[in-house]
Amino acid sequence: MLDHVLTARYGARRRRNVMAMALSIGATMFGLGWLVLILGALLWKGFSGLSLAVFTEMTPPPGSSGGLLNPLFGSLVLTVLAVLIGTPIGILAGTYMAEYGRYHRLSSVVRFINDILLSAPSIVVGLFIYEVMVAPMGHFSGYAGGVALAVLVIPVVVRTTEDMLTLVPNALREAATSIGLPRSLAITRICYRAARAGMVTGVLLAVARISGETAPLLFTSLNNQFWSTDLNQPIASLPVVIFQFALSPYKDWQALAWTGALIITLTVLALSISARALVPTGKQS
Amino acid sequence: MQTRQGQSVVDVAISDRMAMPAQSVTRVKALGRFRFSDAVFRHLTRAAAIGVLVLLGGVIISLIQGSIPALKTFGFDFLFSERWNPVTEIFGALPAIYGTLLTSFIAMLIAVPVGLMIAFFLTELCPQWLRRPIGIAIELLAGIPSIIYGIWGLFIFAPFLQATLQPFLINTLGNVPLIGSLFAGPPYGIGLLTAGLILAIMVLPFVTSISRDVFEAVPSVLKEAAYGLGCTRWEVVRNVVLPYARVGVIGGLMLGLGRALGETMAVTFVIGNAHRISASVLAPGTTISATIANEFTEAVSDLYTSALIALGLVLFVITFIVLAAARYMLLRIERRIG
Repeated sequence: MLDHVLTARYGARRRRNVMAMALSIGATMFGLGWLVLILGALLWKGFSGLSLAVFTEMTPPPGSSGGLLNPLFGSLVLTVLAVLIGTPIGILAGTYMAEYGRYHRLSSVVRFINDILLSAPSIVVGLFIYEVMVAPMGHFSGYAGGVALAVLVIPVVVRTTEDMLTLVPNALREAATSIGLPRSLAITRICYRAARAGMVTGVLLAVARISGETAPLLFTSLNNQFWSTDLNQPIASLPVVIFQFALSPYKDWQALAWTGALIITLTVLALSISARALVPTGKQS
Repeated sequence: MQTRQGQSVVDVAISDRMAMPAQSVTRVKALGRFRFSDAVFRHLTRAAAIGVLVLLGGVIISLIQGSIPALKTFGFDFLFSERWNPVTEIFGALPAIYGTLLTSFIAMLIAVPVGLMIAFFLTELCPQWLRRPIGIAIELLAGIPSIIYGIWGLFIFAPFLQATLQPFLINTLGNVPLIGSLFAGPPYGIGLLTAGLILAIMVLPFVTSISRDVFEAVPSVLKEAAYGLGCTRWEVVRNVVLPYARVGVIGGLMLGLGRALGETMAVTFVIGNAHRISASVLAPGTTISATIANEFTEAVSDLYTSALIALGLVLFVITFIVLAAARYMLLRIERRIG
C-alpha cells in the first residue's frame, strides 16, 4: 500500500523533473533561435547589397545608389578618437585600483561608481556631452562624438584592467621590487606585461561596445551627408546613418541600412570573438 | 640595507648620499629620477581614478543644470502630467515614464523565466563540451548592437507580430473580461508589446550569464548532498541552488532591468512614438529614451530642450537606483563567495 503511494509520488516527481528539463532545453533553443533569426535576417537582407561601391562611394541622396564610405570613415575616426581618449584614463584608473589603492576606500567607491557607469543608459551620456561640449561650442562636432564614446570606453577598460592586474601574482611584484625597480616601473614593465592579453581584451570589448552605439552620437557628432574630415564639424557615422536610412521611406536607403547593419554586426562579433580568444580561461562576461 | 620606518629604499639611498663614494653620484641621480617619476605615475593613476567619480558627478550635475528651466516651469506636474505638446510648450513626462516601465516589465516577464531555465540547462544538464559554445552564443546576443535589434524589429519582427501574434491575442485574450482591454485595438505591429518583446531578447543574455555565474558558485557539496538524498535535478535547482543563489540572481535581474530601462535604439524603432497612455499593450507608445532620441535634434526652443534633458534626468535617477541596488546585491554575494 505504502509502496504503491511512494511509486506514484516518485512517478510524479520524475514527470516534473522531465518536464523541467524539457522546458530548460526549450528555453535554450528559444534563446539561440533569436541569434540565428537575427543573424540570418542580417545576412539575407544585407549581403545582397554588399559590393565594392559600398566601400568606395558616398551616401547617396534619396532615390539613387551609393555607398557608405563617409559613415564608415566617420565611425572609424570616432572610434579611434574614443579609444585614444578613453583607454589611457581607463588603464590609469584601473592601475590605481589594483596597485596603489587596492585596499583603499577610494577604490571600492570608484569600483561601485564605475560599475554604474558601465551600465548607465548611453543616451544619458549623449545628453551629458551635449550639455558640456555641444551647447558651449554652439555646434555639433566630431570631437563631441568622440568624447561621448570615450565616456563609454572608460568603464569597460577600468573594469578589465583592474581585474587583470589583480590576477597578476604578487611574487612578480616582489621580485621586481627586490631587484630595485621602483613601483612605477614594476607596474609598467612587469605587471602590464603579465596582464597584457587581458588588458587588450578590455580595449577590444570597449571597441565592440562603442562601434554599434548610436544614441550618444545622435546629438553630439550628428550626421553629415558629405565627405568630411574636419572633426570640428558634424561627421557621419555608420549607426546614425543606419538609423536615418532605415526609418526613411526610400528603398535604396533601406537597403544600404541593412548592408551597414551587416557590416557593424560582423565587426562587433569578430571583435568580441577575438577578445574571448585572447583570454582562453578567463571569466570574461 | 635596513629601511627606516616609513621610508622607501630610495629615500634612504638619497639621505645617505654624503656617505657614498663619488662614483655613485650618478646612481643617486638615477634614483632621484625614479622617485620623481614614481610620484608622477602614482598621482596620475589616482587622478584618473578620481576622474571616474568626477565623470559620474558631471553627468548628474549637467543633467540637473539642463533640466532646471523645465522643472521650474512645470514643477512636479512634469512627472505627473500626461500632456506632451511641443507646439504649446506643455510638457508632461508621464506617458514616457509609463512606456519605459511597461516595456521593461514585459521584457522582464519573459526574460527572467527563460534566462533562469537556460542557466539551469547550462549548469546542470548540458554536457561539458557544449557549455562553452552555448554560453558564448548566448553572450553574442548581448554583443549585437541595439540598432541591429531596432532595424530587425522594424522590418521583420513587427510585421511578423502584426500578422500572427497580435491578431491571435486580440481574438482570444481581447475578449476575456478584465484583461481584455489590455489586448484591444488594431494590430499595428509596432507598439509597446513589440518593444517589450525586443527588450526581452536583449536582456535575456544578461539574465542568463549572471544567473549561470551565481548558479556555478553554489558549493557542489550542497548539491551533492541533495542528490545523495535522492532529489531530482529539478528539485536540486528549485530547493538548493535557487535559494542559495537568490541574492545574486536578483542582482543579475536588476542589472538586466537597468539595461532594459535605458535601452534606446531598439525601442525607438518599434515603439511608435505616441505620447499617450493607452490601456492596450498593442497600442503605440513611447519611452523616455525613445522620446529623447526622436525629438532632441528637432527641439528648437530652450524649454523643449530642457524638458527633454529633464526626461533624461528622470531616466538616470530610475536606472541609478536600480543599478545601485543590483550592484549592492551582487557585492553581497561576492563577499560570501570570497
